Amino acid sequence: MTSELDIFVGNTTLIDEDVYRLWLDGYSVTDAVALRVRSGILEQTGATAAVLQSDTMDHYRTFHMLERLLHAPPKLLHQLIFQIPPSRQALLIERYYAFDEAFVREVLGKKLSKGTKKDLDDISTKTGITLKSCRRQVVEEMRGSLVDNIQQHFLLSDRLARDYAAIVFFANNRFETGKKKLQYLSFGDFAFCAELMIQNWTLGAVDSQMDDMDMDLDKEFLQDLKELKVLVADKDLLDLHKSLVCTALRGKLGVFSEMEANFKNLSRGLVNVAAKLTHNKDVRDLFVDLVEKFVEPCRSDHWPLSDVRFFLNQYSASVHSLDGFRHQALWDRYMGTLRGCLLRLYHD
Amino acid sequence: MPGKLKVKIVAGRHLPVMDRASDLTDAFVEVKFGNTTFKTDVYLKSLNPQWNSEWFKFEVDDEDLQDEPLQITVLDHDTYSANDAIGKVYIDIDPLLYSEAATVISGWFPIYDTIHGIRGEINVVVKVDLFNDLNRFRQSSCGVKFFCTTSIPKCYRAVIIHGFVEELVVNEDPEYQWIDRIRTPRASNEARQRLISLMSGELQRKIGLKVLEMRGNAVVGYLQCFDLEGESGLVVRAIGTACTLDKLSSPAAFLPACNSPSKEMKEIPFNEDPNPNTHSSGPSTPLKNQTYSFSPSKSYSRQSSSSDTDLSLTPKTGMGSGSAGKEGGPFKALLRQQTQSALEQREFPFFTLTAFPPGFLVHVGGVVSARSVKLLDRIHNPDEPETRDAWWAEIRQEIKSHAKALGCHAVVGYSESTSICEEVCILSASGTAAVLNPRFLQDGTVEGCLEQRLEENLPTRCGFCHIPYDELNMPFPAHLTYCYNCRKQKVPDVLFTTIDLPTDATVIGKGCLIQARLCRLKKKAQAEANATAISNLLPFMEYEVHTQLMNKLKLKGMNALFGLRIQITVGENMLMGLASATGVYLAALPTPGGIQIAGKTPNDGSYEQHISHMQKKINDTIAKNKELYEINPPEISEEIIGSPIPEPRQRSRLLRSQSESSDEVTELDLSHGKKDAFVLEIDDTDAMEDVHSLLTDVPPPSGFYSCNTEIMPGINNWTSEIQMFTSVRVIRLSSLNLTNQALNKNFNDLCENLLKSLYFKLRSMIPCCLCHVNFTVSLPEDELIQVTVTAVAITFDKNQALQTTKTPVEKSLQRASTDNEELLQFPLELCSDSLPSHPFPPAKEHLESASSNSGIPAAQRAMTVEKASPVGDGNFRNRSAPPCANSTVGVVKMTPLSFIPGAKITKYLGIINMFFIRETTSLREEGGVSGFLHAFIAEVFAMVRAHVAALGGNAVVSYIMKQCVFMENPNKNQAQCLINVSGDAVVFVRESDLEVVSSQQPTTNCQSSCTEGEVTT
Repeated sequence: MTSELDIFVGNTTLIDEDVYRLWLDGYSVTDAVALRVRSGILEQTGATAAVLQSDTMDHYRTFHMLERLLHAPPKLLHQLIFQIPPSRQALLIERYYAFDEAFVREVLGKKLSKGTKKDLDDISTKTGITLKSCRRQVVEEMRGSLVDNIQQHFLLSDRLARDYAAIVFFANNRFETGKKKLQYLSFGDFAFCAELMIQNWTLGAVDSQMDDMDMDLDKEFLQDLKELKVLVADKDLLDLHKSLVCTALRGKLGVFSEMEANFKNLSRGLVNVAAKLTHNKDVRDLFVDLVEKFVEPCRSDHWPLSDVRFFLNQYSASVHSLDGFRHQALWDRYMGTLRGCLLRLYHD
Repeated sequence: MPGKLKVKIVAGRHLPVMDRASDLTDAFVEVKFGNTTFKTDVYLKSLNPQWNSEWFKFEVDDEDLQDEPLQITVLDHDTYSANDAIGKVYIDIDPLLYSEAATVISGWFPIYDTIHGIRGEINVVVKVDLFNDLNRFRQSSCGVKFFCTTSIPKCYRAVIIHGFVEELVVNEDPEYQWIDRIRTPRASNEARQRLISLMSGELQRKIGLKVLEMRGNAVVGYLQCFDLEGESGLVVRAIGTACTLDKLSSPAAFLPACNSPSKEMKEIPFNEDPNPNTHSSGPSTPLKNQTYSFSPSKSYSRQSSSSDTDLSLTPKTGMGSGSAGKEGGPFKALLRQQTQSALEQREFPFFTLTAFPPGFLVHVGGVVSARSVKLLDRIHNPDEPETRDAWWAEIRQEIKSHAKALGCHAVVGYSESTSICEEVCILSASGTAAVLNPRFLQDGTVEGCLEQRLEENLPTRCGFCHIPYDELNMPFPAHLTYCYNCRKQKVPDVLFTTIDLPTDATVIGKGCLIQARLCRLKKKAQAEANATAISNLLPFMEYEVHTQLMNKLKLKGMNALFGLRIQITVGENMLMGLASATGVYLAALPTPGGIQIAGKTPNDGSYEQHISHMQKKINDTIAKNKELYEINPPEISEEIIGSPIPEPRQRSRLLRSQSESSDEVTELDLSHGKKDAFVLEIDDTDAMEDVHSLLTDVPPPSGFYSCNTEIMPGINNWTSEIQMFTSVRVIRLSSLNLTNQALNKNFNDLCENLLKSLYFKLRSMIPCCLCHVNFTVSLPEDELIQVTVTAVAITFDKNQALQTTKTPVEKSLQRASTDNEELLQFPLELCSDSLPSHPFPPAKEHLESASSNSGIPAAQRAMTVEKASPVGDGNFRNRSAPPCANSTVGVVKMTPLSFIPGAKITKYLGIINMFFIRETTSLREEGGVSGFLHAFIAEVFAMVRAHVAALGGNAVVSYIMKQCVFMENPNKNQAQCLINVSGDAVVFVRESDLEVVSSQQPTTNCQSSCTEGEVTT
């Protein structure tokens, strides 16, 4: 006696969250059944392995049919074939587009195209495919605010949409993230920086009319950043800046002497990074530069995070007292974001 | 020109890509009705075209309106080659033809293609302008309402229940016409779909005409079936019960009046429900033909009264003159005469209903069934379906005579079915013989409840169990005792019926699904020889199925079966029998005896031991089941019951017969001789096997119950969560040299595993009950067995379930309060009458009426009511799902039941009757047979929901999948499936939405539970 055909169709489509997760994780039916058996479900329900097998097959078949719709989530909402309560629909989509942090960290900044497709297969097939489809569509079709776009078109939660925005932003600007020096950084760190940059450094950030320009950094702004060079090129200005910062921080910083000694180097590093951003290549190396020029020197002197914060605050604020410096707004736009990023990047 | 049909094509969405080059589609739409076709413009290069067409107008006869479906075809325009069809939508416009139903059909319909399945959706608006037609000789029957529901629909009242209507039409099956060899599978499928649609339309119209002739206005319990007879043709047949229904006005109108006397109203139904047992006590009030001023709107004069009494029946059946009970004999006779006179006028006094207004059912005799094996021949002239008609007429005659033999004039819960294999066809009919109350069958009938109220206060709900036949002249050996409830009338020890459990019946404990499963191998044979072989096997199968049912019933410690459905399926080399029913313990019937095992070789010691071991196992199982289903009947001493009646023990009330090619009618006595205890003899391995199989049935996991009736006896606190599903399994039998035992085991495992899978899948709904579990078996090929199950899982509140198992009275109160609206039909009249005359505050009044009208002490009643009433709606309110505001597609519920728990049906929008064919030539690519059928069934559900939503409804009740014919040819990578579904489209309102007043005090509680029933008046 063999089962030729075995199906269950509910008027409301049954979604088993556990099986869905197994399916998303790319397990085969056999593996999924084995994992479910291990979870002790048979003992809990008194079911047999055959029942579990049939149930798993059934869910997999349903998910397979749903996958076509999940590629375009709005379709899932309008389709008539599967009657699924809204809360379940949301769950399906959210889980489908959720990704493995470690994995995303790997692909971050790589151009998602044929080249990396092979790599993706190596890492993890499922997330790779969905990620690819997401990015492709975002890049091709979307206009408007990046986060809103992703949220509307993929019906994702706020958090997940922001993460996707970060991925797309990184991929678009091709930030270098794969260097050995940067390995200590998590996806969360990058996503945080990406969000700050999207908010402050893109065209969309200054002009709401230009909402769809979220993806690219504001070219004009990057050009203007050259003007900051004066802060390190003009020796008087640099000395004045240093004395202002030192006066303010004396006694408050555990690493004061190290700071005093290093001030010029650090300042030069930060300002030079800004000045170089006109070149695409240097934009790509932004994170490498930041780590090399700021994070590493501080870390080698064992600055505690609180001191870094004090320093950066004072460092940016003191510029306002430099009478000869005329680019206060530009400085704030640059340092405001950079300060946030640096603080986030400053850990082991 | 009596009608104008108007159609507007608005838009399409999610269309498939038809032009590979552009990845787009140039779609346009053809709208066809009858022979007229309109076209929309081509909407270039879009997958979401906006046609926004003008109104296409068809001027047609209403006859055509009834027969023809509206056919909408979406095509892709192609300049150089023929236009490619994307898919079609068939819309049955029947619901627009009667005034109370839908007024417009408007919505998104899935575009369906028989090869590709659903391909996008189309938004269509359909309207009909009907002109009044005064022609008396018209051929149409517009305005007759159809219901699949096998009880009086919830927002109607039955003025008269006229009786049986049937019709069948035949045609050649397009699949077997010569042209099929040259046309594409798609064209062939579409021709078939269209033909069946046409035939059902015609059938419905013809039935409607019969109803009009009978002066009815509706068909209830409408069941339409297709017989795919292959070469010999296609038969579409239907049966139903003609009724005159009155629409009950909206509950809103009644609400204010309901406020103050709420308690009383709630209470009265149970005291006042016209007692079927009136004659058994007190003076025999002659039944008067009072005119009942319920609704003065329509009163048909139908000349049937007690005057033209016809006694011709009595000698034939051999009863009537004898006294049928201790007292009330003359009364009973009178009642019988009246019923007879009412029923005598009908050719077949059959009713497809399974649930009845209170008082309708007087006595139940038992199951009657008839089967007949026929050889199919080609239908030569489609206009003369006489052969098929004659076959069915013959079977119905048999049923009628069986019923008469049981002393009954009518058959209720009647149904017909067929099983076809090659050129052999088994026709089956079954029902429950019953004695009915004539009041509903005549005019001006529903009579003096008011008077009766004063005279009859007995709380007996056992009347239907009392035997209708004469105990001195019984049609078969039976073991009778005095009714355990009223102690006045005789009852059998076991009762089998095809109907639902009457709402006023007293049940102890809970019910459960009982199935008998059986396979019999048969030699392959041709034509006559084959038919003979089958007819020879049939009696044995029936006998065994019956024995199995009886054994399993006893094993459960129960004494009655409801909703019994025995299906015999014929295949090339085997016969399958599957009987499903819901077992219950009726308080009125005696406690069932146990099962005893006796061995044939008493000298063998080890054998003895084995036997006693088995015996112990059986006894343990019975004890366990009694506990599981909470069966603890009150102990009754023998003296009260009186001395046992010296009658042989009756085991069977199933009268059945087989006839091969209309030969002679054989009647089998299925009783097991005159043994006092139920003894199973183990004399060979076969019998051993049987006993084993008895014990292999595993009870459902805790928290699960199942039944095949509408509601689960003993559970009544349903919450609003329901899940309807269809599950299909096909197994391939491995070995070629199968034995009957191996076959039985395979089949048994198949069914048991299927049930286990269902329990597992639905485990998140625990505590829950699978209701209306409907198994269908078919044998598509030599070694294939296909089982299709459709059922609905309903959650219930466990805590309250425990509470309800207190006293039978309390239970019946609750049941009535939660689900029975019919009960309120009568009392309402009473209520409004008594309203001004009672100045008491509600609570006091309730006590008054309770104590004066019932045999139960007032205090106890009060207590039970207080406990019972908040239960019903309290938990509905808590559990009802929050409205899904942000969903773009409206939720449409589907259920095989006639009601939706926790909700009230406010409107019936018309019947849904759909037939689909799906075929594939790329079976593997579509996920094999499972993938193919899974997708197809999901699509069928989607199309049903879309049609209901377009009618403005939010649910389908009495949903049934009547056919699911699946054929595969894996070698050719092909498969085909035909599905036929039907149901009633309705609008329902959640009770929680209806409740205006918050329920702080008990009175408000009562009031809200009133409103749920208050569709009345």
